[in-house]
Amino acid sequence: MHAYANPTRFLSLARPLTPWLLFGGMALVLVACAWGILSTPPERLQGESVKIIFVHVPMAWLGMAGWTGIAIASISELIWRHPLASHAARAIAVPGALFALLCLVTGAIWGRPAWGTWWVWDGRLTSMLVLFFLYLAYIVLANETSKTSGQSRIAAIFGVVGIVNLPIIRFSVEWWETQHQGTSISITGKSTIDALYLWPLLVSAIGFSLLFAAIVLMRMRASLAETKVEGRLKRMAAE
Amino acid sequence: MKAKHQRLTLAVLALVALVGAGVLAAFALQDRANYFYTPADIVAKQPAAGQAIRLGGMVEEGSIRHEADGVTVNFIVQDGTARQAVMYTGITPDLFVEGSGVVADGKLTSDGTFIADSLLAKHDENYVPRELEGIDMTGNMTKTDTLVE
Repeated sequence: MHAYANPTRFLSLARPLTPWLLFGGMALVLVACAWGILSTPPERLQGESVKIIFVHVPMAWLGMAGWTGIAIASISELIWRHPLASHAARAIAVPGALFALLCLVTGAIWGRPAWGTWWVWDGRLTSMLVLFFLYLAYIVLANETSKTSGQSRIAAIFGVVGIVNLPIIRFSVEWWETQHQGTSISITGKSTIDALYLWPLLVSAIGFSLLFAAIVLMRMRASLAETKVEGRLKRMAAE
Repeated sequence: MKAKHQRLTLAVLALVALVGAGVLAAFALQDRANYFYTPADIVAKQPAAGQAIRLGGMVEEGSIRHEADGVTVNFIVQDGTARQAVMYTGITPDLFVEGSGVVADGKLTSDGTFIADSLLAKHDENYVPRELEGIDMTGNMTKTDTLVE
């Protein structure tokens, strides 16, 4: 891990990687959405409205993956004092919040035709809304604490505590009776979503993941540059 | 013990306590966090007539009966163990079909019928293209003649 702790080494890797992730992600998302929306058949009961799944599900996964990233970065900040960790956690928070919000919005748009309602307070929807609020709280906390001092650990502790919500989101549909349907996609078992929908969905998820990663790298680079400028200004003021 | 190891131990302990607390809390919530009662819950809990409850389950095959007024529908919600007769007056969602899930807000009358004020469709985790319907994911043939387009 500490091989890339050196910001210069990290930047030499992040700089060329960013355009690949950005344009690769955009291309995959466009291909997956065109494939999913134009060439998959209407669903047995839901008809065409099922096709919002190619955006809704990647948003949900990445909203949750984002907080996992914040938690990992926060742990490596608290334990190993990794110098890039506080930058990484802060860089993830904004796209994470955006993806969680888009998951809620696309879910509401899907819920109206499929269920007959924009919103219900069931276990899955409520825990996902809580995730969005956790992101907002994290962003406020992170902005109020300096990322280069020990203060940053307050945000890091919050980043670790928030991980409690992730298993609640994942298992809400199994632990409780919910309006939201159960899990369709399984890595170990058999998925209950037809392969015709599953493949474009997976390509879309990979595409959005690359876009997410590109946003995080861009924000980390901006954050490191900002720290560098602050340091330089401080030295100039001291001279 | 190095400071790094001390922090590691502390963080692991904190994580275990945190996740443990979360799971315990979720477990304690159990049926209070349920979004609806199943027909079996209604049998077990015997809610009072007139009390506002939410009922969820599957619409029994062959049970949907439309009344002459055109907007009232009678059907049976079942969960594999119990059955509950439901009456609803209003426009039903597109996904309200026999064999599919449904969630209804309403109350029980003294004669045991559930009067629904609102009706939501609940779809399951199966996503099947229209041309493949009838072949379900487990390879069994399902009844399709009651499904509406």
